[in-house]
Amino acid sequence: MTPFRFARAADTADALRLAAGPASAYLGGGTNLVDLMRETVATPGSLVDVTGLSNTVSPTESGGLLIGAALRNTALAEHPAVRARYPVLSRAILAGASAQIRNMATVGGNLLQRTRCAYFYDAEGARCNKRAPGSGCDALEGFSRYHAILGASPACVATQPSDMCVALAALGAIVHVQGAGGARTLPFTELHRLPGDTPEIDTVLAPGDLITAIELPPLPFATNSAYRKVRDRASYAFALVSVAAALEVEDGRVRDVRIAFGGVAHKPWRALTAEAALRGGPADGPAFHAAAAAELADAQPLRDNGFKIELVKRTLVAVLGDLGGAVA
Amino acid sequence: MEITINGSTTALPQDPRVSLLDFLREGLHLFGTKKGCDQGACGACTVLVDGERILSCLALAVQFEGRDVVTIEGLSAAGTAGGEGLHPLQQAFIGCDGFQCGYCTPGQICSAVGMVAEAKRGSPSHVTADLAAAVTLTRNEIQERMSGNLCRCGAHNGIIDAIQQVLSAEVLS
Amino acid sequence: MSIIDSAKNAAQGLVQGALGKLVPLAPDSWIPGGLPDPLIARKHGLIGTPVSRLDGPLKVQGAARFSAEVAPAGMVYVALAYATIPRGRIATLDTQAAEAAPGVVRVMTHRNAPRMKPPAVFGSSPTAAGPSDLPILQDDRIHWNGQPIAAVIAETQEQADHARSLIHVTYEAGPSTTSFAGAKANGAQIGRFMGQPLRNEIGDAEAELAGAAHRVDHTYRTPRHSHNAIEPHAATIVWEGDMLTIHDTTQMVTAEARTIADVFDLKPEQVRVISPYVGGGFGGKGLWDHQIIGAAAAKLVGRPVRITLSREGVYRVIGGRTLSEQRVAIGATADGHFKAIIHTGTAAMTPHNAMPEPFIFATRSGYAADSFKLSVETVKMNMLANTFMRAPGEAIGTFALESAIDELAAELGMDPIALRIRNEPDKDPISGLPFSSRHIVEAWRSGAQRFGWDQRAPEPGTRREGEWLIGMGCATGTYPYHRMPGAAARITLTRDAKAIVEIAAHEMGMGTSTTTAMVAGERLGLPLDRIEIRYGDSIIPGAIMAGGSQQTAAIGAAVIAAHNALVAELLKLAGNESPLAGLSVDEVGSEGGALVRLDDPACRETYQSILARAQRDTVAAAEQASMPVEAMHWSMHSYSAIFCEVRVSAITGETRVSRILGAFDCGRILNPQTARSQFRGGIIMGLGMALMEETLFDERNGRVMNANLSEYHLPVHLDIPEIDVMWTDIADPHTPMGAHGIGEIGITGVAAAVANAVYNATGKRIRDLPITLDKLL
Ligand SMILES: Cc1cc2nc3c(=O)[nH]c(=O)nc-3n(C[C@H](O)[C@H](O)[C@H](O)COP(=O)(O)OP(=O)(O)OC[C@H]3O[C@@H](n4cnc5c(N)ncnc54)[C@H](O)[C@@H]3O)c2cc1C
Ligand code: FES
Ligand code: FES
Repeated sequence: MTPFRFARAADTADALRLAAGPASAYLGGGTNLVDLMRETVATPGSLVDVTGLSNTVSPTESGGLLIGAALRNTALAEHPAVRARYPVLSRAILAGASAQIRNMATVGGNLLQRTRCAYFYDAEGARCNKRAPGSGCDALEGFSRYHAILGASPACVATQPSDMCVALAALGAIVHVQGAGGARTLPFTELHRLPGDTPEIDTVLAPGDLITAIELPPLPFATNSAYRKVRDRASYAFALVSVAAALEVEDGRVRDVRIAFGGVAHKPWRALTAEAALRGGPADGPAFHAAAAAELADAQPLRDNGFKIELVKRTLVAVLGDLGGAVA
Repeated sequence: MEITINGSTTALPQDPRVSLLDFLREGLHLFGTKKGCDQGACGACTVLVDGERILSCLALAVQFEGRDVVTIEGLSAAGTAGGEGLHPLQQAFIGCDGFQCGYCTPGQICSAVGMVAEAKRGSPSHVTADLAAAVTLTRNEIQERMSGNLCRCGAHNGIIDAIQQVLSAEVLS
Repeated sequence: MSIIDSAKNAAQGLVQGALGKLVPLAPDSWIPGGLPDPLIARKHGLIGTPVSRLDGPLKVQGAARFSAEVAPAGMVYVALAYATIPRGRIATLDTQAAEAAPGVVRVMTHRNAPRMKPPAVFGSSPTAAGPSDLPILQDDRIHWNGQPIAAVIAETQEQADHARSLIHVTYEAGPSTTSFAGAKANGAQIGRFMGQPLRNEIGDAEAELAGAAHRVDHTYRTPRHSHNAIEPHAATIVWEGDMLTIHDTTQMVTAEARTIADVFDLKPEQVRVISPYVGGGFGGKGLWDHQIIGAAAAKLVGRPVRITLSREGVYRVIGGRTLSEQRVAIGATADGHFKAIIHTGTAAMTPHNAMPEPFIFATRSGYAADSFKLSVETVKMNMLANTFMRAPGEAIGTFALESAIDELAAELGMDPIALRIRNEPDKDPISGLPFSSRHIVEAWRSGAQRFGWDQRAPEPGTRREGEWLIGMGCATGTYPYHRMPGAAARITLTRDAKAIVEIAAHEMGMGTSTTTAMVAGERLGLPLDRIEIRYGDSIIPGAIMAGGSQQTAAIGAAVIAAHNALVAELLKLAGNESPLAGLSVDEVGSEGGALVRLDDPACRETYQSILARAQRDTVAAAEQASMPVEAMHWSMHSYSAIFCEVRVSAITGETRVSRILGAFDCGRILNPQTARSQFRGGIIMGLGMALMEETLFDERNGRVMNANLSEYHLPVHLDIPEIDVMWTDIADPHTPMGAHGIGEIGITGVAAAVANAVYNATGKRIRDLPITLDKLL
């Protein structure tokens, strides 16, 4: 690990001030950043510990929830309001990592965790455009079981690995950011980007931007929501694919629906095409199949991950089937 | 800059790169907490911080200023080489053969202590069927909640048996 | 009940049980017509009763000191840098920035490392332990992607790790073979295991196959595997003058010490390897480059050194199980009689090691057939030397063989157990030797009943609960009995009636130290708390490798020999005033802390009394175990019948093992508590192998791409059902204690049982491990 300075931020302003220099990074639970520093994939010159900042969950005026970015993943998953009103979010968090890691990980850190692509991690032995722009991508024709089938580019086929983010994408969360220019908000689905030819840039945040909170909009039908994660062992493994969905059915027809996929793209994949196909139509198997097929129409398989196209379709159909059944 | 380890207060390391795990092992020679991967992937380094289980390998020691850390040595402060005075879980691990090489064992035991506390406050898990209901630690629940602790010797059955044994003894007493 | 209570109770049971159960000394070799070990007949002693691990209290407190937990004063830390090409030369190696980094004591490369001989490769002599015959840090040549090229020595691990990242190296690539297809194209050679070619032919198997009424003929593939003991490899190394001490985590203290002595041109007694605890081995904890680099580094800087491999380092420096491609073809008559068994194939190895992954071993003695064609060919790749991993050969060989038998059973419309029993051999089909003890049919029958095999739907894909398809499968597991030459034991009796038993053996979690204490107590007629076992130290006489599931037999034979010598010594000491005067070793036994006349148990004298009269504090005897001639007279194996039930999601293809039972036939079970754990542990490694394990080797450049524990998937708690195990407990009259090895048998057969269950659940036959969900979609 490259030597660095360490400081603890007392409040948001303090954090921004401490992180003003180049090569600083915010430190949450450290479960991703410390690992990447050890691998010399990340080499910040100074770390600003932001785990002392807001970690509260409070109701918003519009009837949603505002979640402090320093809240631990475990605390968010077990919060009574989240369990009752946004079960997909609790479920997604609980499907991720291990209890110990969820006890450490913060909401902010989870959002900005980096890809698990093996070639990205192998700072000494592999080429990776995300780690070393312009060096090439060894994943393109290498091991790609965990790689993207949607929205990838010839420069990068990595996936964003978070489970929690898939639920946040489905729920249409809002990210609260504090930057050099003051506070701002942005839709969660706009936080992460597709790789294009600048895969080194994961998100739209500027250097020094601090995530202060996540806002969940009121979404009454999210009480009928679910998360299904498919992986290579029963627990403590990243998703091959995952599906977060919320469904509102009235008289056998889809009144409203939210869908997002994990493990398929460089960002949590909000399935707007499938949602549009379903809205107003029948809540039945053929409709679910058709919507899944429409969303995956442009999927591009790599050497090892062609199975994901079928897998994510089947998983979506199963999740919608369960949610449809739950209210029928 | 101080930290409390098993009840005694001690100065934190100067070098901020030092993980809590390396601080315990190399700095304090508390070798009970094990390093299996240094990558957050095995659970061997599990310790309790303010009663919560965490992975000490991904924790920078300096981040834990003022916190209260309990390691396997702290669980059995009264323990002896002969086996008297062990924590009930340590005792049960012996009786149920919840280990072979013993390398993952301190992490498993600390993790189990933290796990029981989580369940008692009603924290759900991935396999909890009803997020609104109270948590019961069925075998399946314990297995999911302990899945962050790998064991290559394959002592899984004995580990879960030991935890269940202690839980049922608690219920009885 | 505490460990101490249970030990005490067990010990009391021993004393009571032993009354009137005096047993003679054991024979020290096993040949036709010889007597079995008298301990076999003793039914009420400690053997066969569950005893908790004697090292348990230390381990659950984290108080057992592993090799990275020794901290000599003035110690420095090492970090290794690894090559990133598979073959070629180092063109430039710039260590300046690393040397200048804070805390760095020295950077050692081929340019300044002490001159050392290459280690003698394992198998080249009885004491050779080298992973390959390649020189270590002696020249600029690269032989595999991951080879250590530099060692940074610094005051702290953090400083060493950082400085390591400042080393700059460029390479001149040489021609290399990093794909299996490429290696096969370069040509194959017949594999040789311990000097013997891996080939057997009886009759014309191809012709028999072609003419058979029914046949199956398929190719099975198994990937690379890594041992992944949770304790990473680590050594703490101290030179005191010309004396080298290595605190290590190893399965072979003696051979390692000898090999390292040769590397540094030292006499054997100048190197001591100490390894009291091994945090999991499975074949991976032997001599590799890091101990030699650590010793060289300690010599170079004149300070004690700690070298701990990072988890990535374990994948770069410690070889694992190699990949294989196996053809199994079986021809049979309509009623299931095997006309031909063909098991041939290819495994990859390197030009510099000697481990051909002998996957035909189980097939050699598994079934009767009219003809056989068995062979292992090897091809050479530029990669890290592959090595033994739990049941080398058998683990993957049984996957192919036992899957093929299931396929044939389906083809014949026969129950797969009935098909196996139909072809049960009455003698070893290849060697023609009689079996020493084979009760596999009994294991099949009792296992099938306990598992509820009759609930299996004969038609695949017909049982379903919700989205879950349910199936049952079974397979035979087998692993040979080994007892390697060279074992010895020293027993010291003290005036206070304590026995210290010293063996150069290892405790990796098998329960060896506990079981050895039980056996020694039984032989010496002493309770468990009067026995102290010392082990894991190369200064103890003899060499007992923890490998090949042979430790228990090797220790057993050595303890018998030493015990017999000790009794002779005691009789000499007893002299003319003893009630035992004039008796020979054949006329006495040990019991209740005394030597006792066999035909007149009232005639006895305690060890204490003998020592007191002779005015001695101790008496000791060291003896070598006899040569393992038993294996020349009998075909000797452990066996299992594995039953498994799986649930496969019809939606996602995820497979979960819901039930598994192992019915074992492994001679006498000495300590049921630790034996159960060994069986279960092996089965769990088999489940990992069946469903998720694979070391990802990038065939473009020979680099392992999942060098960590999050992408190399080991089973987690939620993957593991309650594992039922049972055993026949029938003693083999031709082995010490009637025991067979139990360390490796557990993994064998498991992958096939799972694959067969998956077939029964889904109708899909998976012939490539691991059985990941994409193969079932
Ligand atoms: C073995 C293993 C298995 C895992 N399995 C899963 C899994 O199955 N599913 C899953 O979803 N995740 C998994 N994870 C990842 C885990 O969820 C993340 O590491 C964790 O959520 C990161 O949170 P953190 O607080 O520790 O972040 P840190 O490591 O502290 O930080 C991560 C990044 O976020 C930045 N950051 C932190 N806080 C802020 C802030 N407030 N504002 C701006 N930037 C910030 C940091 O600078 C850094 O770049 C796994 C991790 C490991 C080690
Ligand atoms: S050492 Fe911390 S998780 Fe493995
Ligand atoms: S007991 Fe050896 S790893 Fe768990």
